[in-house]
Amino acid sequence: MQVVATLLVKEFKQIFRNRMMLPIIFVVPVVQMILLTYAASLEMKGINMAVVDQDNSQASRQLLSRFEGSPFFEISLAATDYPEALDELTSDQADVILHMQHGFEKRLFSDKETELQLVINAINATEAGLIKAYCTQIIGDFNSYVRAQWFGMEGSGRLSTLEVIPRYWYNPLLDFKIYMFSGILVIIVTLIGMLLTALNLVREKEMGTTEQINVTPIRKYQFILAKLVPFMIIALFELAFGLLIGRLLFGLPIVGNLGLLFLFTCVYLLAVLGIGLFLSTVSNTQQQLMFIAFFFMLTFILMSGVFTPAESMPPWAQKINLINPVAYFMKVIRMILLKGSEFSDIRREFFSLGIYALVVLSLAITNYRKTT
Amino acid sequence: MKRFFGFVRKEFQHIFRDKRTLLILFGLPVVMIVLFGFVVSTEIRDVKVGVWDRSMDQASIRATQKIFSSGYFLPAGYIDHEEEIGELFRGGKARVVVVFEEGFEGKLLRENRAAIKLITDASDANTAQLSLTYLQGVLMSYFQSMNQDVQLPWSVQIKSRMFYNEEMKGAYMFVPGLMALILMLISALMTSVTITREKEFGTMELLLASPLKPREIILGKVTPYVLLSFTNAMTIVLLGFLVFHVPVRGSLWLLMLECMLYISLALSLGVLISIKAKSQQMAMFMSMLGLMLPTILLSGFIFPIDNMPEILQWVSTIMPARWFIVIVKNIMLKGTGMAFIWKETLILMGMTLFFILAAVKQFKIRLN
Repeated sequence: MQVVATLLVKEFKQIFRNRMMLPIIFVVPVVQMILLTYAASLEMKGINMAVVDQDNSQASRQLLSRFEGSPFFEISLAATDYPEALDELTSDQADVILHMQHGFEKRLFSDKETELQLVINAINATEAGLIKAYCTQIIGDFNSYVRAQWFGMEGSGRLSTLEVIPRYWYNPLLDFKIYMFSGILVIIVTLIGMLLTALNLVREKEMGTTEQINVTPIRKYQFILAKLVPFMIIALFELAFGLLIGRLLFGLPIVGNLGLLFLFTCVYLLAVLGIGLFLSTVSNTQQQLMFIAFFFMLTFILMSGVFTPAESMPPWAQKINLINPVAYFMKVIRMILLKGSEFSDIRREFFSLGIYALVVLSLAITNYRKTT
Repeated sequence: MKRFFGFVRKEFQHIFRDKRTLLILFGLPVVMIVLFGFVVSTEIRDVKVGVWDRSMDQASIRATQKIFSSGYFLPAGYIDHEEEIGELFRGGKARVVVVFEEGFEGKLLRENRAAIKLITDASDANTAQLSLTYLQGVLMSYFQSMNQDVQLPWSVQIKSRMFYNEEMKGAYMFVPGLMALILMLISALMTSVTITREKEFGTMELLLASPLKPREIILGKVTPYVLLSFTNAMTIVLLGFLVFHVPVRGSLWLLMLECMLYISLALSLGVLISIKAKSQQMAMFMSMLGLMLPTILLSGFIFPIDNMPEILQWVSTIMPARWFIVIVKNIMLKGTGMAFIWKETLILMGMTLFFILAAVKQFKIRLN
């Protein structure tokens, strides 16, 4: 115990001696949490619509005023013909073109049916789908208005209608930010914890200072333990700090038990830092380690469901996620913070990560050689 | 010149000696393409839906069947208490619960009006909204098919066209984004780390004392990475074409030139970081934290810039990736040429020049 305590003092001194360390641990993550949470929004606003109205009739103007009244659309009437509007689409000035040709209104009366063209920039397919849905809705409203007002026909007279009532639990205002924030918090705690641990050990290896430790009677597990604890404390501190920022800036709801969250985080960190230590025992230089760590981190993070739901991923990806610690934590932090899940809800994740931590830590200890 | 090539050869040997790093360097684009193509998509699939059917009649059972045969939803079981909804959500067992009101079919037949409540776990606001939209679509089209015999006169029909991407493929978004991300990371990260490494080990002093000019040292250090990054860029274009049929509609030569410009920008940024950083750890954290997340999130790669708050739109203008993505989309997907991208190209050139000048100014050739 005495040995570990002395080693811990040494590690802490080394960490805080480095002046650049403090900004890395505190300032950079805070800036990231704030900036990126605001950036990561899929809410649509301000769809730029170029309108080519060659009919210029009562019907076309009324339809147009419906688009103008919608908060989603910003209408530009700059283009006088279709090719001009197409230019606006190509140069990204417009996201969608609404084109009404001559005789738009006349055919509505004579043929009882008329048509208009929507040309949508679909490079971002998701966004294009949404734009189309918004347009369809507005035009549908216009249709029933025309039927009712101009032709005196009740649109729904004989039809059976289905009323769909949506209810949004836990987040009635559909605030996208709190969800993103918890995800970015996971990324930052993981990045800081894993990279700092892994780099620290391999740096000593590269510098040759591990050899000095190796000739002392310090046992392998004592050495690994002393490398593990400081960064675990830093990562836990980072989590607490992040939660505070989230609470103050984004109104992050903390519905569940914070003690449970920290308990789970400890188990998670044991697993993640264990991976970091294991990677550092198998690589020889910081550069090599960084590339391997970077590769796994990026893959783990993207597969963890930070931006997109993990359950919508294909089955083989969900199998891979069984060995992805970030996926467990990503799921659980949101369950506890946003929905108030209890221990019985996260039991499976808790024990899976516990076993995981045990395996990687024993791998790291057995793989660490005191002799070469 | 011979001296210089000798130096470049030495640098190549450093890289190729380390098989593990090399494997990751070339494996990275392939793995990322697979991940983004098949795993990280915003599409809704296999959303777990619980059902609370309070009437259990023909209409509600048929509607339930419709929901689960649509391919988007998986059954999470029937419930019959309000409390069970919370249990399903807290345990992550369901994302949506469909509630049919009592006497559903009777109301539909007699009053022509019946209600379905869709309760969703909105802790993930985006997925919640998408799932509800899909679910609503499935239910609506089912009930509309029941109304088929009723005609709707006087209507405006929509003829819509999905320009540039008729099949609405997600790959059109992530292939340009991945190019920007991988090139930036490999170029900036690798160079910043290799140069700091020489500094940390004191071998930089040996190099400075050699007859090589400082200029030659830096150029020699970055040359191998120019080639590596360029190969990676072309791998992504090729894979995008072969696996996801993402075309190169414009000039391939122009695309290559723009890639080279972006790579030189990333490399000069890497050199600048390495001059500022005192240790490899520092360089790594600066490149990782300072470049990785912002390049993913602030460049328009995943999240459209237009939707961000105004301040962030301003911040995004200093992200080189933002401009590069516009250029790549223009050349590959819209098939446009210089006329549409000269502004972005000039911005990238200006940034490169700025980083090079800053690096030259900060570079110390004397030992202290």
